[in-house]
Amino acid sequence: MSLLFFSMIPENRETITDLEENNMKEMNYDTAIIGGGVIGCAIARELSRYDLKICVSEREEDVCSGTSKSNSAIVHAGYDAVPGSLKARFNTEGNRMMRELSKALDFSFIRNGSMVICFSEKDIPALNALYEKGVKNGVPDLSILTGDEVRTMEPNVTETAVAALYAPTGGIVCPFGLTIALAENACDNGVEFLFEMEVKDIRKTEHGYDLISEDKVIHTSYVINAAGVYADEFHNMVSEKKLRITPRKGDYCLLDKEAGTLVSHTIFQLPGKMGKGILVTPTVHGNLLTGPTASDVEDKEATGTTAKELSDIMVKSAWGVKNIPFRHTITSFSGLRAHEDGEDFVVGEVPDAAGFFDAAGMESPGLTSAPAVGVYLAELIAQKANAKKKEHFQETRKGIVNPQKLSFEQRAEMINKDPSYGTIICRCEGVSEGEIVDAITRTLGAVSLDGIKRRVRAGMGRCQAGFCTPKTMELLARETGKKIEDICKNRTGSNLLTGKR
Amino acid sequence: MEERELICICCPLGCPLTVRMENGGTTVTGNSCGRGAEYGKKEVLSPTRVVTSTVSIKGGDFVMVPVKTREDIPKDKIFDCMEEIRKALVSAPVSIGDVIIADCAGTGVSVIATRNVRKTEDI
Amino acid sequence: MTEHDIVIIGGGPAGLAAADAARKAGIEDIMILEREAYLGGILNQCIHNGFGLHTFKEELTGPEYAVRYIKMIEEENIPYLLNTMVLDIGRDKVLTIINRGEGLTTIKAGAVILAMGCRERPRGALNIPGFRPAGIYSAGTAQRLMNMEGYEVGKEAVILGSGDIGLIMARRMTLEGARVKAVAELMPYSGGLKRNIVQCLDDYGISLKLSHTVVDIEGKERVTGVTLAAVDEKRKPIPGTEEHYTCDTLLLSVGLIPENELSKGAGVQLDEITSGPVVNDRLETSISGIFACGNVLHVHDLVDYVSEEASLAGTSAVSYVKPRKEKTPSSQIKIKAAGGVRYTVPQYLDAENMEDQVKVRFRVSDVYRDRYISVYFDSERVSHKKRKVLAPGEMEQVVLKKESLAKYPDLKQIVVCTEVE
Repeated sequence: MSLLFFSMIPENRETITDLEENNMKEMNYDTAIIGGGVIGCAIARELSRYDLKICVSEREEDVCSGTSKSNSAIVHAGYDAVPGSLKARFNTEGNRMMRELSKALDFSFIRNGSMVICFSEKDIPALNALYEKGVKNGVPDLSILTGDEVRTMEPNVTETAVAALYAPTGGIVCPFGLTIALAENACDNGVEFLFEMEVKDIRKTEHGYDLISEDKVIHTSYVINAAGVYADEFHNMVSEKKLRITPRKGDYCLLDKEAGTLVSHTIFQLPGKMGKGILVTPTVHGNLLTGPTASDVEDKEATGTTAKELSDIMVKSAWGVKNIPFRHTITSFSGLRAHEDGEDFVVGEVPDAAGFFDAAGMESPGLTSAPAVGVYLAELIAQKANAKKKEHFQETRKGIVNPQKLSFEQRAEMINKDPSYGTIICRCEGVSEGEIVDAITRTLGAVSLDGIKRRVRAGMGRCQAGFCTPKTMELLARETGKKIEDICKNRTGSNLLTGKR
Repeated sequence: MEERELICICCPLGCPLTVRMENGGTTVTGNSCGRGAEYGKKEVLSPTRVVTSTVSIKGGDFVMVPVKTREDIPKDKIFDCMEEIRKALVSAPVSIGDVIIADCAGTGVSVIATRNVRKTEDI
Repeated sequence: MTEHDIVIIGGGPAGLAAADAARKAGIEDIMILEREAYLGGILNQCIHNGFGLHTFKEELTGPEYAVRYIKMIEEENIPYLLNTMVLDIGRDKVLTIINRGEGLTTIKAGAVILAMGCRERPRGALNIPGFRPAGIYSAGTAQRLMNMEGYEVGKEAVILGSGDIGLIMARRMTLEGARVKAVAELMPYSGGLKRNIVQCLDDYGISLKLSHTVVDIEGKERVTGVTLAAVDEKRKPIPGTEEHYTCDTLLLSVGLIPENELSKGAGVQLDEITSGPVVNDRLETSISGIFACGNVLHVHDLVDYVSEEASLAGTSAVSYVKPRKEKTPSSQIKIKAAGGVRYTVPQYLDAENMEDQVKVRFRVSDVYRDRYISVYFDSERVSHKKRKVLAPGEMEQVVLKKESLAKYPDLKQIVVCTEVE
């Protein structure tokens, strides 16, 4: 399969001249995935089971840099989506896959169960309808709890709760852990990741498509469009059946671990006359997360929080859960849901653009659905490309060892072997030098401070990198051979320093 | 007669001072100590400050050595002084009180180290 | 597992002074645990002067002040471990520690002195809206990068918070060639010392915008600007007062939080106002044999008082390890903060076993003019002193004498408060 395309010569003479003049780097792949978010990485991982030459083109310096890093980190049970929709299908499937995947790829996932709280007797029919929807979608073990039952399970749920839908299969996941695990495993299985490559144009060629960035051109047979809020733009370059994605911004507040045990389940509010409500959930790392708001914005880069939305979070979250200690907020952030006009995921081959596959409109429950979407699209493409499964697919991936999860003796032994695990760099999260070096030097290693943070949590804690920034910067410079002035928070241009004496 | 209200910067008390200038003489009130009286006079006649900063150091267990002007220097010389400090480069070892720049920016005041920096073999 | 009579967590000004006092009070076996590569703590990056007037009767820079104590420790041969983190204070004062050399080990302590200092409040605690680009630093982090590593953190800065670190950094950045465009302060008064407003802002023509806050941060990669707005009495931004500042750096100096995660883990009771342990007049926490001093106990503005307080923690730990006399059993008298006094340290006093005099330190809740600081023994006012100005940014103290307390054998409560008359 790959051999065929190595020898492929584009016939469009104009393109060749363009390329030569611009000194563009040319690359050939069977399949190119646009976007290194959780969806792109899930597809890459599943597709890497097959004997195909695959790349992921990502405009940022790392995977998991867009919506995948800024969301509720929830593995939805699946009662929310309209029965028969792609959202319903992939949500339920993704939820079912998550436990095994978390073991195979070594990322944090906890099935903590979720509750949808109903605040008024009048809304009980709506709660029952949600239950019915869940049953239709194949969500197992759903039940309706009384207000008192809810408060027995969750003492901090407000007195105003009259009933709740309880879904024991709801869960929480580390969204960075999941995305990075998928990416690393894909990479281990031969997928190439092209970072800081922003696709500017897509041209149809005789054998497929050319993806053109500022300095590169990718010749590929198949394209998978997993570009998040930008997926409509790429789709519309090749199809007459236009998509329109509106970024739906959601702000969040993340609270100190001190507040992390306020609730143990994910607490949703039943949408009612007061609006959609705000969720309150523990995270897999033991923090408390609350949000998101929902406001449609025009700018696809508008990831700034606003005062109004942050204050909305504080007001509305209190409807469902009392005593949320907002003074323990350690950070607030904002993510953009890729909301498509059709209200559903757009997954599959574009009817008027053969070989071009969409994974578009992947708003909630996108994170939950990612593994299932990955399997679905990978199979579709493999079939179309007539690709065989690889003989030596590496099914599992081992994450960075977290010494805090080892026994005293094991951890002592680890430091004995490599003393760098004995130097604590991030005191709030207890992250050692050794772990940070691991994050930088392993497969698809971190190249920015945010990359390190998402891999080993250095700087993720209560001081928000106040103490560890200088040291982490130095480790990153040391391990990558970069000058300290060139160390960035994330993408190019986000330099932490403006000079050195 | 001219009168100026000042906040004394000699110690954390921050006494509110009133300095009266009359017939070539000055009187200070509001001070709690002798240093305050002196500061008040100086501040209206020729204000001075101690400048603290850092100087790059080679071959030591720190990459910067903190420094200060041994005495207060005229306020209008602060940036001239900083320019020399920013250009300076010394080698370890350095001890507290060592002169790093003699007569900084023509003030006649030297810049001295405020930390010991030990020599390390391999920096 | 090794054992030591007194283990001091933290080798900053508090830990060093506690160690020195403990040795002078006659305990040989002391161990200081320091997480940085050097002793002296935060003083190492506080290269400005103004330290030591009280303790040494001369004006020193931070590193110079630290060296005075480091020298004492070295001359007294008090052992210390650097680059060492305490992970846990367990039952029976068994500490789990980690470092490169020893790896993961435990230490059993006769007495523990908590001297871990504090950390800076991050942006999240203030809910400042906007983007999250590079160039947003807490003032202390920027101070470290500049003063310890020699880096330039930015060229044009706005500073939020007029606590001392914010003021000091405004001057420091200016001296290093950056332009500090404004210092904004949420409160109607500065949290810093008056002298620092004069010599750090006024000297350089930097404006201090009281009752202002940051309402937006711009920039996708690096900060490109911030918007300030005036706030009303409830500290809410007033629409229409927004002013935009182009800058590449936002420094936050918005408060310090005593770092008590270890204390909490050990079960030490904390004070909600100070965020530090509740202590008695010996600076002993709710767990006997665990003492606290310095910024981990409550945030100080003068290192001189940290040293003084830490010496008391040191000698108290010694009397715990080596009791000289039989402790007379006695009830703890509550010291209550009221009427404009936010908190007191200590919160309890043991009249039977107290020293001849005990300093009670406190902060007021607001700026007050021409008010009295009063002390009540139960309902009787025993002290009443007029003060021209009282400000939350400046720690105050009253002294309680054993001889006066002796006259009130049935005393239940001591109240420290401010009064208009």
